[in-house]
Amino acid sequence: MSKKSGEVILSFDNISLSFGGVKALTSIGFDVREHEIRAIIGPNGAGKSSMLNVINGVYHPQQGEIVFRGQKRRGMNTYESAKSGIARTFQNIALFKGMSVLDNIMTGRNLKMRSNFLLDAIYWGPAQREEIAHRKAVEEIIDFLEIQHIRKTPVGRLPYGLQKRVELGRALAAEPSILLLDEPMAGMNVEEKQDMCRFILDVNDQLGTTIVLIEHDMGVVMDISDRVVVLDYGKKIADGTPDEVRSNQNVIDAYLGVAH
Amino acid sequence: MFYRESGQFKSTYAEDSQIFPIRQDRWVVGGIVAFAFLGIPLLAQFGWVSNYAFTAILTPFLIFALAALGLNILTGYAGQLSLGTAAFMAVGAFASYNFMLRIEGMPILVAFVLGGLCAAAVGIVFGLPSLRIRGFYLAAATLATQFFIVWCLTKVGWFTNYSSSGVITAQKIEMFGYAFDSSMSKYLFVLGIVSVMALLAKNMVRTNIGRSWMAIRDMDMAAEVIGFRPMRTKLMAFAVSSFYCGVAGALFAYAYLGTVEPEGFNLDLSFRILFMVIIGGLGSILGSFLGSAFIVLLPIVLNVAMQSLEGAGLPLPSGIGSSIELMAFGALIIFFLIVEPHGLARLWQIGKEKLRLWPFPH
Repeated sequence: MSKKSGEVILSFDNISLSFGGVKALTSIGFDVREHEIRAIIGPNGAGKSSMLNVINGVYHPQQGEIVFRGQKRRGMNTYESAKSGIARTFQNIALFKGMSVLDNIMTGRNLKMRSNFLLDAIYWGPAQREEIAHRKAVEEIIDFLEIQHIRKTPVGRLPYGLQKRVELGRALAAEPSILLLDEPMAGMNVEEKQDMCRFILDVNDQLGTTIVLIEHDMGVVMDISDRVVVLDYGKKIADGTPDEVRSNQNVIDAYLGVAH
Repeated sequence: MFYRESGQFKSTYAEDSQIFPIRQDRWVVGGIVAFAFLGIPLLAQFGWVSNYAFTAILTPFLIFALAALGLNILTGYAGQLSLGTAAFMAVGAFASYNFMLRIEGMPILVAFVLGGLCAAAVGIVFGLPSLRIRGFYLAAATLATQFFIVWCLTKVGWFTNYSSSGVITAQKIEMFGYAFDSSMSKYLFVLGIVSVMALLAKNMVRTNIGRSWMAIRDMDMAAEVIGFRPMRTKLMAFAVSSFYCGVAGALFAYAYLGTVEPEGFNLDLSFRILFMVIIGGLGSILGSFLGSAFIVLLPIVLNVAMQSLEGAGLPLPSGIGSSIELMAFGALIIFFLIVEPHGLARLWQIGKEKLRLWPFPH
């Protein structure tokens, strides 16, 4: 595989976010290149999830500049962000518990659906064709994630590892250009982690999706990511390839503590 | 033994995403619908279905089922608790009445649709608080709808055509020169409308709009992130739900009661319909029908049971008769909330799953 990383697709400059007096992020700046796997790591409370929330418009930073595909982005809400091709998964699984796996993944395609509710109500002609076409796309994702056997099961009944996989499926259904993964491997056993790594690498490799992920398992992060940014107490303390980050003194201090 | 799906292979997604993918289900439902349209009128010809059955059981069952369906869309599918169902029914009934009254030659079905649309508009307005508040607080806000609408219809004489008692007499149901005035023809009229609307509702809940409602219900934050807009989704649920309730209200006035006053659409009615949805099953089209059948039939069954007790020489003290119905309702609601929050529809589904494997346990 040739070196895949391309142009800078998303860049942050001087991002600051605070909730009242609590500073979640202070002057963060880094960039994400097309087709790369970019990891954000850091100890608990470092502001990693806040950073993802800034990217997909859940939080609006008080300061700083986000440039996405060469365009300055300000005040973008979650809807616009989804529309522009950013999909994500959540740290605590945020699936629709009452719906089947199939329906959950189908919701991921909602922005691609053209038919209105009146056509849906008669379920005839274009509405049916559209539904079937999307079903087909969703079935491909189901195949890819190897969850054919549970497609009609309500997600509430599934074990944790499979739920994580379904959530990835829902994000993939949107055919995103950037995929944000918030601790995709948290709470998994080794086999489940291996499966998940394989899916992430395959998505990155086959679909060329840019991936920004937060993860605590250092082995995984160092193995699969192209570049890593390290946050601590809302500040960026290191940025670079896994090897550079591994030997960075600031990172070692943040993780292991400093002798006083 | 007979309920097996083995050997029913599906080679297209269209086949797999039918409303009833299992052949036996299609037969049963088809049979029930055919019986409702043809069998019951035929039995009535032989005198086996009385007028009383049409006017006091079958017609109200269908109308309440439609109202419950409306509430189920809002509460069961979109997760927005509402206590204003009767108010939306009232809007539908009185709006249809006024369209019929004031526009010469208005076809009745068009009047019903316009009445439903008025209810939908009112639903959107009173659904606005749902964008900010949820759960019990939203229920309290919809309670305001209930009282405001009934007050409004009572106070503003124009709505009731300045009738001194506030009672309106619904016009005759006439279509294509045929007058639906016998109890059986009214039943068929209601059955036609309810079947079509139930089918439309089923289609809505299995396509994108239904998924958007359930997504908002289950996890609104995630729904927003994947691109559903909460405001539009919730107001759409209010509009569609109120439309259904509005049409049910119009049928309630035109095909069931004949004469109604605003007070007929009081909080009691709202609660009855909410009970139907809870007992029948939240988030289930079938549940709306089961719940309605249950609540319409329960008083009749209790009545018959008490009469037979009296007949057996066990007369109950007077006064118990009317309270026993309330007691039974209360007990059942509590029972369902604790034991099976998804209601009769869920029990039915469990039964079907067991039947698929019967006689084996797994």
